[in-house]
Amino acid sequence: MMSDGNLDLPEILTGEHFTTGNHATAEGALAVGCKFFGGYPITPSSEIAEHMALRLPRVNGHFVQFEDELASIIGILGARWGGYKSMTATSGPGYSLMVENIGLGMMTETPCVIINVQRGGPSTGLPTLVGQQDIMQTKWGAHGDFEPIVLCPSSVQECFELAVQAFNYAEQYRLPVTVLMDEILGHMSEKLIIPDRSKIKRVNTKKPNVPPEEYLPYKPDKDLVPPMAIAGDGYNIMVTGLTHDERGYPVLNVETQEKLVRRINDKIRKNKDKIIILEEYMLDDAEIAILSFGSVARAAKGAVNRAREKGIKAGLLRLVTIWPFPDERIEALANQVKTILVPEINYGQITREVERTTHGKTNVKGLFKMGAIHNPQEILSEIEKCT
Amino acid sequence: MGRIEIRFAGFGGQGIGLLGRLLGEAVSLYEEGKNSVMTQSYGPESRGGASSTDVVIDTIEIDYPKATELDYFVVLSEEAYQKYIPKLKKGGILFVEEDLVTLDDQANKAKKIFKIPATKIAETLGSRLFANIAMLGFVCANTEGIVSEEALTQVMKEKIKAKYVEKNLIAFQKGKEYKQE
Amino acid sequence: MVEEDRELIESHEHPLDGYLREGRIPHIFCPGCSLGSITNVIIEAIIEAGLDPKKISVVSGIGCTGRISGYLNYDSFHTTHGRSIPFAIGLSITDPERKVIVISGDGDLFAIGASHFIHAARRNADITVICVNNFNYGMTGGQVGPTSYMGQVQTTAPYGFNEESFNLPHLATTCGAVYVARWTALDVRRIKDSFVEAFKKKGFSFVEVLGSCPTTFGRRNQLAEGKKILQHFADHTVLKHDVDPKETKIEKNGPLIVGKFVDIEDKPTLTDNLLAIQRISQASDKKS
Repeated sequence: MMSDGNLDLPEILTGEHFTTGNHATAEGALAVGCKFFGGYPITPSSEIAEHMALRLPRVNGHFVQFEDELASIIGILGARWGGYKSMTATSGPGYSLMVENIGLGMMTETPCVIINVQRGGPSTGLPTLVGQQDIMQTKWGAHGDFEPIVLCPSSVQECFELAVQAFNYAEQYRLPVTVLMDEILGHMSEKLIIPDRSKIKRVNTKKPNVPPEEYLPYKPDKDLVPPMAIAGDGYNIMVTGLTHDERGYPVLNVETQEKLVRRINDKIRKNKDKIIILEEYMLDDAEIAILSFGSVARAAKGAVNRAREKGIKAGLLRLVTIWPFPDERIEALANQVKTILVPEINYGQITREVERTTHGKTNVKGLFKMGAIHNPQEILSEIEKCT
Repeated sequence: MGRIEIRFAGFGGQGIGLLGRLLGEAVSLYEEGKNSVMTQSYGPESRGGASSTDVVIDTIEIDYPKATELDYFVVLSEEAYQKYIPKLKKGGILFVEEDLVTLDDQANKAKKIFKIPATKIAETLGSRLFANIAMLGFVCANTEGIVSEEALTQVMKEKIKAKYVEKNLIAFQKGKEYKQE
Repeated sequence: MVEEDRELIESHEHPLDGYLREGRIPHIFCPGCSLGSITNVIIEAIIEAGLDPKKISVVSGIGCTGRISGYLNYDSFHTTHGRSIPFAIGLSITDPERKVIVISGDGDLFAIGASHFIHAARRNADITVICVNNFNYGMTGGQVGPTSYMGQVQTTAPYGFNEESFNLPHLATTCGAVYVARWTALDVRRIKDSFVEAFKKKGFSFVEVLGSCPTTFGRRNQLAEGKKILQHFADHTVLKHDVDPKETKIEKNGPLIVGKFVDIEDKPTLTDNLLAIQRISQASDKKS
């Protein structure tokens, strides 16, 4: 219960709290230095906006409730070029409205964070009930080729931690990063421990170390990420969604497109081992693996525990990073286990990715559910069927 | 102690959500070695209708955050009773606001039924708004191993607006001391 | 008009060297288009207003006018179609000293981006919006837009446009803009003076410039040369400062009413209000 008005000024509320995933996410963003939130109300994410409206002015930040999601996403891109770490929060339909400008963020390499508290879809769908149906939207929503980073928490604690991580990835690799929460996590309360300020890592983009006349805003370093000068730094930057050269100037030809699009993808692909976060639970000797993510992964873990009590060698691979997808780890798992069971609150979005990465080497079975998370017993029953 | 599931339910405006938050926070932050998860039912309606909140308590990590079979069902309205009584597990424990709930055969599966006129007690303090906290005191007094009075009192002092704390603490005591006939 | 004797001088310098981005010229504008001279006027106005170049950001959406931002040698942002204004808001609130200039076309600002315009004016966002209204979508080949007038012929109105058009000064005024003016591309001196006033103003200032688009507008509407469009402007312009913006609607062959219509002082801006919220929230912290 953090939004009761009794709050201290500091950005970091070190200590123990009992709070919701939505509030924990907002606190994570504040802790890592978010200074601007632009958003539009939508269930089940609105508590993030409400909490930011309460807290941001107290830490010398700004909150603007925009006229729609299009303005929200582009407003935070603008604020980042003005020097504020920025964030928005939404849910499925709102994310759909944002994707064009997430594409602009990818093309202009603008660090920012989008929180998507997933509900059931398509369309207005189930505003108040859980979904995991935006997996593919975060990957393929915007047109063109880009390699997104998408993180997926499973607990209130992780909502805080991954909000911090999302900002740090966004700054390090210069792109919009999405955190895929869900209605259950957003609204459930449990213990959150906010660490001391010294324990919270803050990454900032590299700054140019050359004078303006020598600066090429889109010339990458070895890690394929260019240093970032912002408005007012004196570099007279040019930022465009058009295909551009290292000067940032639009150059509409094959060579420039090849170079730019490959690089903005490769900067993630080549660094993916540093980006992918996985939790492995009882996998060493597992014969059946459950691959899970988000709030469902809690039930999946419960099912693994129950299976082990019955002597079934089950284990859990939890995706904390959804994109980039951990192809190699899953392929290795396919060589080890007889079955990979994929419970998800959709009609097979991740299951299809697992099928793609396992190349028929193991039995992949989706366990699809709509509008609610699986309970451990349901997953256990499927495990038992597989033995 | 294994997993314990508690549901508070009533109608909108009775402060049902607060009960879940107080219990959840008291357990999570002040009960050594226990975890809790609190969830609330969310509907498109802002007011009225049946309102419920679940608290799951365990000594180990709580995997599944939702209630499946209620060990305890604390109910303050007829509509909520009818809606959720099927979820009470056989041998579970039922707490009812006796003036607002009419028990029927469905209550027979409960091992124990505790009844309290929480709203009337609250009215003696000047407002029926204290009925939820009177019920909380009653639950605290008639359960074992869930939450201590100290933990709940601590959280009430921190989370309830200063000018209402005193009255709420009295309501809690009255609920706690209530002996059903 | 008296022909003056002029001596031609050869020079490798241009008076605007340094203000235009090196390597970006020649521009893409058609012969007879007014965007070149408007670009010129923007730079002159920035210089005359005495703005700190480091504090200037130029933002635009998509379209011919949207390309201007990329020719100017300031921090410049060429965003997506219709979204220049919220991007500009994000930039402006991060630094109260920053002057953010949005320059875009009628389709970008008033069709796909219309809701952002009205809300930015309502909030009194601290930005200047310049709309070059050429009455059609030029870059995409001459379709009708929200400022096309009744009877105008375009590729998507082959039988003549038969919807009402937006009267931009009236719209801006109604939504709360603190500075509203309209000029034709012929009135370069007045455009410049107006830009200077708008740039110096705190809050949401709006200047509409009626531009010449011979290629995709003029050709289909008996105004096939830039010169003809400007002549049309000259023949139809009526200068009326402070007239009620309601009266400034543009109709086929009707008068083109130009002038400064709104100039309000001391209305708190969005940034002022956000800073006020910071003070209020922090004062309540100190009390508790």
